Amino acid sequence: MQSTSPRFRENAGEALRDASLQRALRNIPTGFIKKRQKAADRMPEFEDLRDAARDLKNRTLANLDFYLEEFESKVVANGGTVHWCSNAEQAREAILCICRLVGAETVTKGKSMIGEEIGINDFLEENGMTPVETDLGEYIIQLRKEPPSHIIAPAIHVNKEQVAEAFFEAHQDLDADRNLDQPTALLAEARGKLRERFLAADVGITGANFLIAETGSSVIVTNEGNGDLTQILPRIHIAIASIEKVVPTLDDASTLLRVLTRSATGQEASVYTTFSTGPRRAEDPDGPEQFHVVLLDNGRSEMMGTEFQEMLRCIRCGACLNHCPVYGAVGGHAYGWVYPGPMGAVLTPSLIGVDEAGHLPNASTFCGRCEEVCPVRIPLPKLMRHWRELEFRKGNPAIRFRYGLKAWALLARMPWLYRRIMGLAMHTLAGWARGTGVLQKAPLAGGWTAHRDMPAPEGATFQNQWRAHVARNRDSGT
Amino acid sequence: MTKAADQESPTVALFVTCLVDLFRPTVGFAAVKLLEDAGCRVEVPAAQTCCGQPAFNSGDRKSARGIAKSVIKKFESFDYVVAPSGSCGGMIIKHYPELFEGDEKWEARAEALAARTHELTSFLIDVMGRRAVDTRLSATCTYHDSCSSLRELGVKEQPRTLLNSVFGLELKELEQTEVCCGFGGTFCVKYPEISNAMVSKKASHAEATGAEMLLAGDLGCLFNIAGKLLRNGSKMDVRHVAEVLAGMTDTPPIGRPPRRGDIPVEGGAKKASSAPTAIPAGHAARDA
Ligand code: SF4
Repeated sequence: MQSTSPRFRENAGEALRDASLQRALRNIPTGFIKKRQKAADRMPEFEDLRDAARDLKNRTLANLDFYLEEFESKVVANGGTVHWCSNAEQAREAILCICRLVGAETVTKGKSMIGEEIGINDFLEENGMTPVETDLGEYIIQLRKEPPSHIIAPAIHVNKEQVAEAFFEAHQDLDADRNLDQPTALLAEARGKLRERFLAADVGITGANFLIAETGSSVIVTNEGNGDLTQILPRIHIAIASIEKVVPTLDDASTLLRVLTRSATGQEASVYTTFSTGPRRAEDPDGPEQFHVVLLDNGRSEMMGTEFQEMLRCIRCGACLNHCPVYGAVGGHAYGWVYPGPMGAVLTPSLIGVDEAGHLPNASTFCGRCEEVCPVRIPLPKLMRHWRELEFRKGNPAIRFRYGLKAWALLARMPWLYRRIMGLAMHTLAGWARGTGVLQKAPLAGGWTAHRDMPAPEGATFQNQWRAHVARNRDSGT
Repeated sequence: MTKAADQESPTVALFVTCLVDLFRPTVGFAAVKLLEDAGCRVEVPAAQTCCGQPAFNSGDRKSARGIAKSVIKKFESFDYVVAPSGSCGGMIIKHYPELFEGDEKWEARAEALAARTHELTSFLIDVMGRRAVDTRLSATCTYHDSCSSLRELGVKEQPRTLLNSVFGLELKELEQTEVCCGFGGTFCVKYPEISNAMVSKKASHAEATGAEMLLAGDLGCLFNIAGKLLRNGSKMDVRHVAEVLAGMTDTPPIGRPPRRGDIPVEGGAKKASSAPTAIPAGHAARDA
């Protein structure tokens, strides 16, 4: 996927002027946020569970190579195959190769952010296959030819009228006068269309929320059941996952599942939690003939051993997006690549480079709500700040305030000069206000005064008034 | 039993903060009055400037450490350090130790200072054991939680407890009170459109309370919200919580025009109510 992250500012401006997007975003506080809060309140040990989740992810990451190899050996013992891919291109080729070997025409897909990361749909299409997204949200945005705008609710930016429009356009074989006003009608239509595809598919591709080392299983959580049909009905099941998805044991997966669904949607468990372990065995009533795991690195192993290793704890619950006021203002597309919101602001520069995605860790007020809700306690603001430090050290000229800041920092260490200069400056500014209490314009503050008034200083600084005051009291002997 | 119970009158260094110092000295005087009323001896180290947060948050760790070192040197000899700001307080309390992590010479000093530093309202309640102030103000107010107070320092009930003790004051809660106002230091000038969207929401939630006055403990948020309300032509007044708690509401609200002849000048006589009248003995501007 080609990133538009360098255009973050412009993207954000467009998003802010998009009325239907703004309407959609207004639902987040009453939806996701409330539900998560209720789920957390219902569970007295929720905070302890978050600690346990963090610790178990840390332990796993400390021995990641070991668990990945154990996972592979279990997959192989079960009759499956693991494809190690160091970048997106290798992953695409591995998938294409599997599809070609079975002469695949239709490929069904469960929701997968790794699928987005490697751009698998476009690639399969270019190679003559028909990939069909089966998660309703993903299906909608596939028809609309756009990327997801949220990691767990890909079509959160779309309203139901826009869905109906996409369906009329895509399903031209159906009665053109049918009524698609109600969400239930939309759902029924999507279900009917997808059913045909499920039955026709040769290959099913899903993501994985977890890979379990002790059993060689991949796990997906879904609410629509589409994931199950994607991986059971076709002859081939390909699970695509990044390397940090591995956890040691079934117990560990269950710890993470308990925080994942509560943080994501406020559910105690998702409607479907599906474990896939190898291809169909002789005694199994159903299942694929082949089970492949495409294991993607794509820059993650380089995060190991750096400050950003903590980001690899992420279990993609989306809570940080839901609670982020910047995400809430501009939505996911503005971020310009696969991962939006606070987790994207930390992860994206690692994966596509900070030159490309430098805006993202800068576009934060460090309000700290993301860290407050992250189930695996990733210090997201600290990691965003770390990106800013790396950029600053590189002397990135895009930092417009670099020189002003340097001057301020110097002055802050020369109190006497500081007091002189600032005392004068405040007098001047107070004068500019001409008794109105506000400044219409102020140096370096165009971004401020474009949208709000700038309260003027009262006049003399506190320090100067205080010193005069103390001197007066001393003179009068009090 | 409070920590200060066995200390007759602890010496508190006021960390004025650069915004209060430069833009709204009234808050500094209000803080001094509140601290003195609570039984503290207050000193204002003269050589203080800024806590270093702008540098720290912009990735200039070196400058941030330089500023932090000078703050540590100037403030570490006092019983307590109090700031009328969760943001600057949070910088000293949470981020100074982080800045010097693994630094043999400075880590312990940063931690010691952090342990003695407090945001103003939480200091009055949690350390000095105050539950009430002796002030009256007949007004309906709403309180905005700054992100740093709320999430870095866990300050939420303290300002509300004190405000509820102000005779005649009625407190109304903001919808989505946990959400950032969009100030974010340099964020508001680097990403003005997003910041504007955020502060617009905050301003409309504030107006929706029907309160006459919005209060908060951080001047950054206050200037941001006041600036938006003023631009919207709102009638709502905006003040720092310390001004109300100290009964210093005769200076104009933030961004409102001063009355004639009211601009304070250096050495000039400030209105008696705006400056503490009795300065305890031994009270001098210290040049650290
Ligand atoms: S960073 Fe934390 S809150 Fe955000 S998606 Fe990942 S696990 Fe969830």
